[in-house]
Amino acid sequence: MAGIASYGAYVPPTRLPLSAIGGRPAKEGGPEKAVAWNDEDAVTMAVSAALNCLRGLDRSKIDGVIFASTSYPFQEKQGAALIAKALDLGRDVRTADQSGSLRAGTTALRAALDAVRAGSSKNVLVVASDCRMAAPGSPLEANLGDGAAAFLVSAENPIATIDGGHAVADEIVDVWRTRQDTFVHSWEERFVVQEGYVPNLSDVVSGLFEKLGAQTSDFAKVCLYAPDRRSHGTVARKLGLEAEQTQDPLIGRLGNAGCAFAPLLLAAALESAAEGDRLLVASYGDGAEALAFTATEHVAKLEPRRGVSWHLARRFAIPNYDMYLKARNLQVTEWESAAGPGLSATIHHRERDEDLALIGQKCNACGAVQFPNQRVCETCFAKDDFEKARLSDRIGKVVTYTFDFFFPTPDPPTIVTVTEVDGARIHIQLVETKAEFVKPGMPVEFSFRRIHMAGGRPNYYWKATPAEESA
Amino acid sequence: MSAPSSASRKRGIRDQVAIVGVGCCQFGENWDQSPSDMIVDAAYEAYADAGIDAPQERIEAVFTGSVYSQKGPHECSDALKMFHKPVSMVSNYCATGTDAFRYGAMAIASGMHDVVLVVGYDKPKDRGVSGPTVMMDGVRDLPKTPAGWFALCAATYFEKYGASRDDLAKIAIKNHHNGTLAPKSFLKREITLEDYKKARIISWPFGLYDSAAQTDGAAAAILCRADLAKSFRDDAVLVKAVSIQSGPNPQKDPTNDFLSWKPTGWAATDAYAQAGIEDPRAQIGVAQVHDCFSLTELLTYEDLGFCEKGSAKEHIASGDFELDGELPVNTDGGLKTFGHPTGATGVRMIYENVLQLQGRAGPRQVKGAEGKLALSHNIGGHPTACGIAVLGRE
Repeated sequence: MAGIASYGAYVPPTRLPLSAIGGRPAKEGGPEKAVAWNDEDAVTMAVSAALNCLRGLDRSKIDGVIFASTSYPFQEKQGAALIAKALDLGRDVRTADQSGSLRAGTTALRAALDAVRAGSSKNVLVVASDCRMAAPGSPLEANLGDGAAAFLVSAENPIATIDGGHAVADEIVDVWRTRQDTFVHSWEERFVVQEGYVPNLSDVVSGLFEKLGAQTSDFAKVCLYAPDRRSHGTVARKLGLEAEQTQDPLIGRLGNAGCAFAPLLLAAALESAAEGDRLLVASYGDGAEALAFTATEHVAKLEPRRGVSWHLARRFAIPNYDMYLKARNLQVTEWESAAGPGLSATIHHRERDEDLALIGQKCNACGAVQFPNQRVCETCFAKDDFEKARLSDRIGKVVTYTFDFFFPTPDPPTIVTVTEVDGARIHIQLVETKAEFVKPGMPVEFSFRRIHMAGGRPNYYWKATPAEESA
Repeated sequence: MSAPSSASRKRGIRDQVAIVGVGCCQFGENWDQSPSDMIVDAAYEAYADAGIDAPQERIEAVFTGSVYSQKGPHECSDALKMFHKPVSMVSNYCATGTDAFRYGAMAIASGMHDVVLVVGYDKPKDRGVSGPTVMMDGVRDLPKTPAGWFALCAATYFEKYGASRDDLAKIAIKNHHNGTLAPKSFLKREITLEDYKKARIISWPFGLYDSAAQTDGAAAAILCRADLAKSFRDDAVLVKAVSIQSGPNPQKDPTNDFLSWKPTGWAATDAYAQAGIEDPRAQIGVAQVHDCFSLTELLTYEDLGFCEKGSAKEHIASGDFELDGELPVNTDGGLKTFGHPTGATGVRMIYENVLQLQGRAGPRQVKGAEGKLALSHNIGGHPTACGIAVLGRE
């Protein structure tokens, strides 16, 4: 039976204390939101969440990727194919992007469940990721947060099977962004809640209950998208939710993660689900969509995932608002950031294995692993006798390092290392740590990042991060 | 990866080529000078030094080195009106100047030419940026900043041998002092330990005073067959050795220990074999080494065999490499005070060594240098190439 076989999340560790917005001194311990840093966007977060979902699982069986995002950087050029490449999924993969609505995440999840149920796909990776931009000083600035959730949809060993879904469509100008806009717009908050959010959420959940012959008390956890804490409470009360049934919407910790918001709550609910638990997830946007699941006996067998709670526990507060503005490229500067003509598309094409998937090579003659790919072996000089070696999911160790204050970044220094992984040496940046913690020999893992915007488009590569326990 | 076998090496170039004239323009932020202006300053000083009145007739070939020039050898041939003869451009990272010199020496040793001109130059200050350009032409190997590349030996070396920024400071202070005594240097200011410590960090452990200045400059040398040297001057200097060695990119070389840069050791082995050097510390009287960053100079002391690996800090503390020490290094203030117009640097070092060997270095003259050998050294790229030239009087 079709269901969710695995899940993973990604929440950027950088948090903006809401007290710091506008340049006031940050107060520790107050509400905050997760902020994708200068080297992150919807795609990098999607890859990280997907890696967390697929950790320890066989990637070769995946035959579909659906990527949901309202904030994917390209208007024309698919995100799912890029994510499939970064994950080294091979070429026989159906890829699709789902966009345009805040409920794109659950729409993608439902499409994958339908495809698996219909037998047209066997194992579909669904990733919802959003990094929506709020204008500095706007009410949305304190509201929007960044994050991603990933699910492996399969009929094989599902940890939660799908019981049914329901959707309602609605036309309302509540939250929108045109092609020309950088920032999300919103109509007056009370209008959005009273005419949009509350009636649509109520309708979709009651519609689903009707289809399933279910009622609120049947559910162990209910995950509701919500524009703010108060409207979350309004819908929860209307549904008659008890406190222990309510999945914490993480307002003041994560922020409104757009089309990844409801999927992140579902991932959080799966972390603590027990066999037989029924889960409900409902998203909102141009109508609403609700899905119901039942946890199976496999839920206890899945290796612990890097999910929502793992990510919420790892946080660095951004010291000031100015640094936040720099990291989001919201500060006026004399020069365009990292301008230039950009990377040659042909060079990018030739180097896509190394750059996007961190794939090196292993010499068949001497066994030495090396990076990047080269015709003649670095160690034994054998020619053209290599096999692929994927390094992105390996643990490396720092050989040496420096702290570069010259390279342009919102928060210098850039930590630069030579890192050894399976014997190959890579000159690679180290992030998510501070200079004083860097030591030769420290173990690292690898994270997909936006390395720069040369040529006015995002260019992706990998960075090292301190190795951590799996979950 | 093993070092190249010296058994395959030929006899070298010792005593076949003489330097009969040298010239060097004023190094600095030469806002009002074009590359051609600097090339003319350096070359005409070298002509005068060699007593050449009609260079277009006397010079048979020109070897020029530049990293930044987009114009190729014509920039030099047009500036000097060197037409109807071979003019070639050499590029080999920071060893470009030494490599241009090597091509000139080989052209004479081969019997192809009797008198050639070598010109190294670069003009980085026309680019509108302070310091090197941050290149965004790829996504890997970022950040591409020279300070970040050369700093990669620091964490490992400091941990193994207990050295620190205090040792690096002494190199910076020494070179700043020597630069005050060189008329053509850019920076002529003594610095104190306090200045050093207060300066901003560029790429740890390198601060402002660990890093070479960025300047414009040009330097030139006139080379001839050794047996013709007397027709130019009585105190000609002989080329004892010249070596260029390539190395693997240390950022991906699986065997790099980050305690030294491999090409320096390889080039030293080759150059010492050519020059007949068995005890570098005793036979070399003065050395100009590549101090793009202070640690590069420190590692070079060891990799050239001036002292044991790991012992540099003791020799720095005892002043061995200062002007009045046992083996003075960077007598003109080095890249620290001349800056590093990349193609010019190797030839500028040869200019200084020729002056030292001829007793013409003024207040920075090393006593007894005339009777010993003089070495110059460049290392560049990631670093991936090293050049060494050894000169002597007889």
